[in-house]
Amino acid sequence: MHPALSIQNLKKTYASGVTALKGIDLMVKQGDFFALLGPNGAGKSTTIGIITSLVTKTGGTIEIFGDDLANSARAKAQLGVVPQEFNFSIFETPVEILANQAGYYGIPRKVALNRSKDLLQKLGLWDKREQQARFLSGGMKRRLMIARALVHEPKLLILDEPTAGVDIEIRRAMWQFLTELNQQGVTIILTTHYLEEAEQLCKHIAIINHGLIVENTSMKQLLRKLAAETFILTSTQDLPNALQLTNFSYRLEDAHTLVVEIDKQQNLNDLFSQLIAQNIQVQSIRNRTNRLEELFIQLTMDSKT
Amino acid sequence: MSLTYYWIAFYTMVRKEIMRFMRIWPQTLLPPAITTSLYFLIFGHFIGSQLATIQGYSYIQYIAPGLIMMNIITNSYANVSTSLFINRFQKNIEEILVSPVSELMILLGYTTGGIVRGIAVGIVVAAITLCFTRLHVQHPITAFIIIVLCSVLFSLAGFTNAIFAGKFDDISIVPTFVLTPLTYLGGVFYSVAMLPPFWQKLSLANPILYMVDTFRYSVLGISDIKLSHALAMIGFFTIALFFYNWYLLKKGVGIRS
Repeated sequence: MHPALSIQNLKKTYASGVTALKGIDLMVKQGDFFALLGPNGAGKSTTIGIITSLVTKTGGTIEIFGDDLANSARAKAQLGVVPQEFNFSIFETPVEILANQAGYYGIPRKVALNRSKDLLQKLGLWDKREQQARFLSGGMKRRLMIARALVHEPKLLILDEPTAGVDIEIRRAMWQFLTELNQQGVTIILTTHYLEEAEQLCKHIAIINHGLIVENTSMKQLLRKLAAETFILTSTQDLPNALQLTNFSYRLEDAHTLVVEIDKQQNLNDLFSQLIAQNIQVQSIRNRTNRLEELFIQLTMDSKT
Repeated sequence: MSLTYYWIAFYTMVRKEIMRFMRIWPQTLLPPAITTSLYFLIFGHFIGSQLATIQGYSYIQYIAPGLIMMNIITNSYANVSTSLFINRFQKNIEEILVSPVSELMILLGYTTGGIVRGIAVGIVVAAITLCFTRLHVQHPITAFIIIVLCSVLFSLAGFTNAIFAGKFDDISIVPTFVLTPLTYLGGVFYSVAMLPPFWQKLSLANPILYMVDTFRYSVLGISDIKLSHALAMIGFFTIALFFYNWYLLKKGVGIRS
């Protein structure tokens, strides 16, 4: 079985002389939910741009389900894309936008209109079907771009920061929608700056930095690499200044808040035993930051040095 | 990809282009109707009635083919240059670029949109002409060929303009400073035979003269220039621009980074 996406030695140097990609290799299996992460300017958008034919490559090959993207219309037909910026005509209605997009993939108008109706209903835009796109809210525009990317029923969907700037309610609804889509067999590649999003949704992950892939593994394996996690504990009572926690690195943030770093070899039971022994009652406990975020910073910092 | 696919993709592109200029008809179809009415009223009726006939036709009849052709030229050009530039500016062009639509299909789609608008405006202007004077088309096949060729040529020219345009000013510079002067000096309002020898020779370097003159020949049966020369020149520029635009698209100029 061919991978959904196979990239070999992909290079890009812009006319300005800036080298955005220094030869990346990437493989995304069919049915995967894949995160492509990286800091701003790392090469994510260039990679997505080349896959979606908006940027010309300097070297390398891309195959979509085994078809060379450079020479095959079939490869393009299997690809759906949700770009970072709104790029539909703001003077057209959602129905027109979807039906036209379907037309570019050879889908007859009647079929396209039926599919448009289904998608607009699923994404809560049916009421706005005859309204010019410029009058839609930011969240609606994002959903419209997802509907447009799906109207030709692609087997591989690429989303470039699809939830940027939308409120948490819409974001969660989009996550649900994308998860269902993935369960139906659509391979999804996602770029995002919300690492919580990648951690929740994605099975595999690649991190790109300075035009190179610095990590490419499963989400589970990547999270296992996390050497230590920082926990924040709050107490109902004043914490004693003379607090003693053996084998733990810790500090008092204020009179009620204790920050503790716990290595992979350590466990929370030891910590709680020591706190109980000192008559400290813990009211709540939480991670200091998203686990993936810590790794992301670590990996992208490592690749700088 | 099958023929059905190509047809649906092409139909979608052309439909979108037609819907665009129909949606904004007060900007696209109405102005030519009003300005042409004014031309006929002022130059044709008020001033023209005081002038002698030219090669056997009244002045209003003499300028009618030129005015129709002028509108076909400017509207074919404007449709493609504006539509493609706005699509580049708003990034709507990406909708097509991510799809299997080929570069050739993109060129054909936009060009056909320009041809349809050019001919639609030509029909509107011809209808207005008939309100002011009577015209009997002497060579309908030649008229049809020259209308289609000129709208194709200027749609292609508008395409080239839009590909290289970096800002909105860039799509108005060519029509304002090149197209309009060449059209006005291209024998729309006069016969080049009336000019002194130097200006007659200089006028022959103006490509629009050939188009206006050929169309006038097809309608009125009078001409200053040999038909075969005019058709050969228009045909040559059409083919050259077609392949140039196709080459630009293949290279990704103006549409891919």
